[in-house]
Amino acid sequence: MGLKKVLTTHIEKPDSHTLAGYKAVGGYTAVAKALKDMTAEQIISEVKTSGLRGRGGAGFPTGNKWGFIPKTEKPKYLVCNGDEGEPGTYKDRLLIENLPHMLIEGMIIAAKAIDSHQGYIYIRGEFFKGIDIVEKAVEEAYSSGLLGKNILGSGYDFELAVYSGAGAYICGEESALINSLEGRRGHPRLKPPFPAVSGLYSCPTVVNNVETFCNVPHILNMGGETYKKIGTEKSPGTRLFAVSGHVEKQGIYEVELGTPLKDLIFEICGGIKGGKALKAVIPGGSSAPILTAEEAMTATMDFESIASLKSMLGSGAVIILSEEADLVETTYRLASFYAHESCGQCTPCREGTHWVKDILHKIKDGEGTEEDLQLIGALSRNMEGGTTICPLADACVMAVRPALTKFRSEFLAKLRSKKEVATVG
Amino acid sequence: MPYTFSTESEKRFQKLVPQFPNKRSLILPCLFLLQRDQGFVDHVGMEYVAKRIGDPISLAQVHGVATFYTMYNKKPVGKFHVQICANISCYLAGSDGITKKACEKLGIQKGQTTKDKLFTVEEVQCLGACGFGPVVQINEKYHEKITVEELDQLLVSLASKG
Repeated sequence: MGLKKVLTTHIEKPDSHTLAGYKAVGGYTAVAKALKDMTAEQIISEVKTSGLRGRGGAGFPTGNKWGFIPKTEKPKYLVCNGDEGEPGTYKDRLLIENLPHMLIEGMIIAAKAIDSHQGYIYIRGEFFKGIDIVEKAVEEAYSSGLLGKNILGSGYDFELAVYSGAGAYICGEESALINSLEGRRGHPRLKPPFPAVSGLYSCPTVVNNVETFCNVPHILNMGGETYKKIGTEKSPGTRLFAVSGHVEKQGIYEVELGTPLKDLIFEICGGIKGGKALKAVIPGGSSAPILTAEEAMTATMDFESIASLKSMLGSGAVIILSEEADLVETTYRLASFYAHESCGQCTPCREGTHWVKDILHKIKDGEGTEEDLQLIGALSRNMEGGTTICPLADACVMAVRPALTKFRSEFLAKLRSKKEVATVG
Repeated sequence: MPYTFSTESEKRFQKLVPQFPNKRSLILPCLFLLQRDQGFVDHVGMEYVAKRIGDPISLAQVHGVATFYTMYNKKPVGKFHVQICANISCYLAGSDGITKKACEKLGIQKGQTTKDKLFTVEEVQCLGACGFGPVVQINEKYHEKITVEELDQLLVSLASKG
């Protein structure tokens, strides 16, 4: 366990983002195999064997997702979710800017698996550089017969276009992303029907994360059985963990799933900045419940271990907080994020996220009371557990409540400080 | 003169049309073309976009999209749109000092534009570059791990270009 390069083996090469650079290290061999020698069922079965789980946040088994696509006459759409925007998360940008052809290759293979002839790569709008790089890569792929009609003489057609988001975190939720692609406001849809049945333009649709697609060529090249040996039994493969916050060496590290979090922090990232003590870790993007230092020391970085600590591996974003971090302030920043990004469809989320943010603002300013903490608890109960169309409100609760519970003394101290000032003054 | 796509935007528009089976999908990219041409999206521009995409797309639909997404500037911004990420990782890396410096240097508050219309300063939510904080996006470019001194110099050099 530890660092293991599968996706990022050749990422340091200065031409890794070009077609020539990608082909020079064996790129596009898997797609030839998939289009010429394999049936759709064989591709899906290989991916199922590999045990690959979605790298966007939910960790849903990819092969199963593809298997849900009905065999109808309707067009089927394949969509790449590159709307990376959850605080802490910055790993897809690395793949988008440096390995766009790996993404394209993965998408062509996936297209064949679900019989799709039209795909879209949805990238958050702020990634101007990444969008430019992917657009150039798509053009290169078209001009060398890897996209378009009769790919590599296989008889298979697949068109691919790049689509820019316009500044809305919620479009990372797949049904909101589909609405956005359709030219609508990014409102999540009620499910069912799930996108596999009725997604883009009311047709069967698969939406996968950038990193998920990038794994696919490697699975075909090494075989699902071999891939499954990497990582843990239930969480096979590697993940790109994006580490930020109070560590000596922030960065994106491709690590075998199941690697102890302790090793990620203290060996791979060189420990806590300035030799301070670790206070807490947010292990999977801002929506993942915060872990105390004690909990973090026992965790391994796989879906099951983190779930057993009542948190989640989520988007692979690891935020490290040292003893110097002000958890009232960080929690307020996270609540502000959800308040800003709520799409406004559902009352518990639209109103709740703002209330929570405002109360935390009051607390950080030293104006909060015990009742305010209880009010956050009451609001949280109305925001979670299916009172809304999508999980954004739940995510806000997960970002706030565990911090309030596990680090209550910090919040209480802010309440008291005001009183102390009042008595002294 | 009423707005029409610039030559470059018209070229891009023609390339976009065949990419989507449903015309409605053109709304977001067309709003970006409009913004590329004039720096912001306004009523006249949106009317043009709706007409250009054509029936059954209405101005209301275009307006609904434009007002939902934060990247569309609904009013003019400075020549240099300074967007400072203020979320958790950038905050831990010192983004508050960057915002403070930018506002002091330019003599404006968050959300305001300088009188010479060169700079607009805004605090934004996560820019997705969390390991490289503090991050400042100026127009289309990310400036990562930026220090207060570097920002100071950058603003001076941009002002001289303005």
